Amino acid sequence: MPDLNQFNRRAARCLLGFSILGLAICGPAYAAETIKIGSVLSVTGPASFLGDPEEKTLKLYVDKINAVGGVAGKKIELVVYDDGGDANKARTFATRLVEDDKVSAMVGGSTTGTTMAMIPVFEEAKVPFISLAGAIEVVDPVRQYVFKTPHTDKMACEKIFENLKLRTFTKIAMISGTDGFGTSMRAQCLKVAGNYGIQVVADETYGPRDTDMTAQLTKIKNTAGIQAVVNPGFGQGPAIVTRNYAQLGMSATPLYESHGVASKSFIELAGSAADGVRLPAAALLVGDKLPDTDPQKKIVVDYKQTYEASAKQPVSTFGGHAYDGLFILVDAMKRANSADSGKVRDEIEKTKGFVGTGGIVTMSPTDHLGLDLSAFRMLEIKGGDWTLIQPGS
Amino acid sequence: MTALLNNRYAIVAALAVVIAILPFTFPSSYYLRVASLVWVSAFASIGLNVLMGKAGQVSLGHAAFFGIGAYSTAIGPAHLGLPSWASLVIGACVSGLLAYLVGRPILRLKGHYLAIATLGFGVLVALVITTESRWTGGPDGMPVAKLTVFGWRIGTAYAWYWLSGAFLLLGAWIALNLDDTPTGRALLALHDSEVAARVVGIDVAGLKLRAFVIAAVYASIAGSLLAMMNGFVNPDLAGFQHSVELVTMVVLGGLGSIVGSIVGAAVLVVLPQALTVFQEYENLMLGFIIIVAMVFMRDGIVPMASKLIASAR
Amino acid sequence: MSEFLQLFFSGLTVGAVYALVALGFTLIYNASDVVNFAQGEFVMLGGMVTVFASAAGIPLPVAALIAVSVAVAVGLLLYWLAIAPARGASAVSIIIITIGASILLKGAAQIAFDKQFHRLPAFSGDAPIDVLGASIQSQSFWVLGGTATAVLILYVFLEKTLVGKAVLATSASRLAARLVGINTATIMALAFGGSAAIGAIAGILVTPITLTSYDVGTMMALKGFAAAMLGGMGNPLGAVVGGLLLGLLETLGAGYVSSTYKDGFAFVMILVILFAMPQGLLGRRTVDRV
Repeated sequence: MPDLNQFNRRAARCLLGFSILGLAICGPAYAAETIKIGSVLSVTGPASFLGDPEEKTLKLYVDKINAVGGVAGKKIELVVYDDGGDANKARTFATRLVEDDKVSAMVGGSTTGTTMAMIPVFEEAKVPFISLAGAIEVVDPVRQYVFKTPHTDKMACEKIFENLKLRTFTKIAMISGTDGFGTSMRAQCLKVAGNYGIQVVADETYGPRDTDMTAQLTKIKNTAGIQAVVNPGFGQGPAIVTRNYAQLGMSATPLYESHGVASKSFIELAGSAADGVRLPAAALLVGDKLPDTDPQKKIVVDYKQTYEASAKQPVSTFGGHAYDGLFILVDAMKRANSADSGKVRDEIEKTKGFVGTGGIVTMSPTDHLGLDLSAFRMLEIKGGDWTLIQPGS
Repeated sequence: MTALLNNRYAIVAALAVVIAILPFTFPSSYYLRVASLVWVSAFASIGLNVLMGKAGQVSLGHAAFFGIGAYSTAIGPAHLGLPSWASLVIGACVSGLLAYLVGRPILRLKGHYLAIATLGFGVLVALVITTESRWTGGPDGMPVAKLTVFGWRIGTAYAWYWLSGAFLLLGAWIALNLDDTPTGRALLALHDSEVAARVVGIDVAGLKLRAFVIAAVYASIAGSLLAMMNGFVNPDLAGFQHSVELVTMVVLGGLGSIVGSIVGAAVLVVLPQALTVFQEYENLMLGFIIIVAMVFMRDGIVPMASKLIASAR
Repeated sequence: MSEFLQLFFSGLTVGAVYALVALGFTLIYNASDVVNFAQGEFVMLGGMVTVFASAAGIPLPVAALIAVSVAVAVGLLLYWLAIAPARGASAVSIIIITIGASILLKGAAQIAFDKQFHRLPAFSGDAPIDVLGASIQSQSFWVLGGTATAVLILYVFLEKTLVGKAVLATSASRLAARLVGINTATIMALAFGGSAAIGAIAGILVTPITLTSYDVGTMMALKGFAAAMLGGMGNPLGAVVGGLLLGLLETLGAGYVSSTYKDGFAFVMILVILFAMPQGLLGRRTVDRV
């Protein structure tokens, strides 16, 4: 049977391929005398717009740190795994980092979902974990080994409501994404709205993959008395919301986006519809417009230039979170003069006055984020660019 | 060897030996985690194989039952004060009952219509889990209490390895013995020809329904195990992607082959771990390997291998 | 009334895209009995190639043409390299192959392009058009017109040309088609190429409205498959009806019932319709032959 013979050879080749793959996971290479930093990021999948700049940032700056001699006399070895946005996969990679790669610390976890799934692994192994996820539940309640760099969704709500109060708006509509980010922020906003005398009179949602939000916006448009609309969401959804918003001629009512759209690609995607949209965001987006006296100016301008030159894409605050996480960790390792997980954890908690892209970070045993509302700037999009709003407007 | 693959005592004995020996070859407990994942996934795919391989009915929404099992062990202890093991049993009962209720109308559909109906059912369950965040924690999921059996808290990777391995052995044993029951023999007839089965007086609709319920209970138990092992659940477990993954395990390993389900699960769990060496080419390789495997081993890995061995004699 | 019109047009636009994807499913299914889960990737290729070609300075119409050609080439390769060699495998094995192809194409696209979202400018400006109080994006008319044209061309091709009739003959009975001298392998390749072209056109038309990225295909395949089944698999008219109906169900459901359970609403309707009509709305009733 000539056919079968031919098949035999094919099958043998295939089996060989499988056994090589098997070997590949059996024998990880061990480089001598390096500090291993692990990272599990959503480089692909629905949250890839977070994981992609985060991965690029980590790789870029680890190379830079190593080029000038590394940390505490040792080079950093970065181990990155892509969870594809899947929490179960993230959980497995977390175990792999801790048990197999034996990392000293971890900077990663692109989404709240993957972060929450990985937390038990790092808590149990007593390995510091600096998360890049947004929701407040990552650091509230405080866990011994878990820290995070991005501003919480609760802070974003408060920053927006502060601005609404200033403009004496009391009746708003919300249109939120049903992904983890949108759901969590919606809940936080509903919780704190009362503190600012704000009433949410219309509350709509859209799916993370939806391509048309005119139905929900039409409902909001036909609800009487709405003074502003807030859109907790990230990814491409808010861009479509913004475009549909303009299409329906609703632009006379102010639209607030969240910090989840803080990259230039939002303006590109939303086009001219983005004009007049306000959002709370880190100083990183308006680095060149900051006064020279601003303590963050140097660092955000540096990061923006370095990132854009290397990645060939506009900077986002998401990559900035990874930058902050990496340097909070590296600074802690320098102060501890060691890569010992316990000592590094203690030093991370003592981080004081760290100037990052997201703000000035001062942590404490009861605060594993270390940012306050001043870390957020209220921005308005004008003529296709970010601008700082005038104080008091 | 082929005889071995057809003797259920030999299969279970071989599986037991593999499960017993494997941990001694592992350099770190990460491998225990991967192996436990294989056992749990294999448990679910064995159940699905009863439906797909034996009853010949496809389900593109099977992760729904996996999700129900997972969330029952999350919600039971957290909201209702139930012990974890009781939640597992309740989850399995709920899944079985739900399968019984939706199975009647759904299984009347044929081929691709059945596929879209099960898919729709899966989407609905996942949507409810994602939306009812008061109970389920919403899209970000919720933590799961550790399993405690007779005051003994099961938390270590070793404990979970043995527990999931034991469940797999039990699950494989039951599925293998199914062939000898009237239900199993009737399923075989159904798989060969539905019309012929009906002509000889087999209650075809009831039979399909029984297979659907069995598959649902298997998936639900697997979901409960994974949830307790991870200490965390999220809606992805009930999602469409996971359903597709389960079907791929069954088909890749070999429709109708219990050993195939285990092999299929092993391949799909280990492959993404192995492919991390390819970095950004990871997904490209995964897709490529699935295509190549299915083109050259269209009946699945295990049936193809046993055919090869038989012809080599 | 204006609210209803607004929702109606939105639903129709979304539905037209589903209809095109469903049409792609139908074409391949008719010629080869294959359910191609990589159908959504053709939509992605249409959008992404156009975006990157026009970013490289190529004028939009040429870029669109390139995108369609790329998709057709991929469709043919898919047939020759993955589907044809697996002839005779069970239906579910072939579905797994197409799922593998979908993963592979996504993996290739994330390397060849990037992982960001992209847009195209609307073909005739961003200004919305007012229709009886509802404001409609001008691109919506391009989508609706494009869909109608594609359906018309497909109809004329299938009913009036010799090759088209060969496709229909193949779908009716492959054996009989071969007996009357039709090269069924060529017909199947043609179906894959044509289906890829339809998918790519859908992707190009809709990108100015919905944006695109390397992984939009999965959702498109899911909705397109649902639409095809809703209308009755294998019936081109059913695919169009199913697509439009699904889009309308989603949008009207979100507007009048609940935006949270929008997708659920559509799938509940699909289940109800299938329970009442197990062959879909316009499907043929099949009889088991023994």
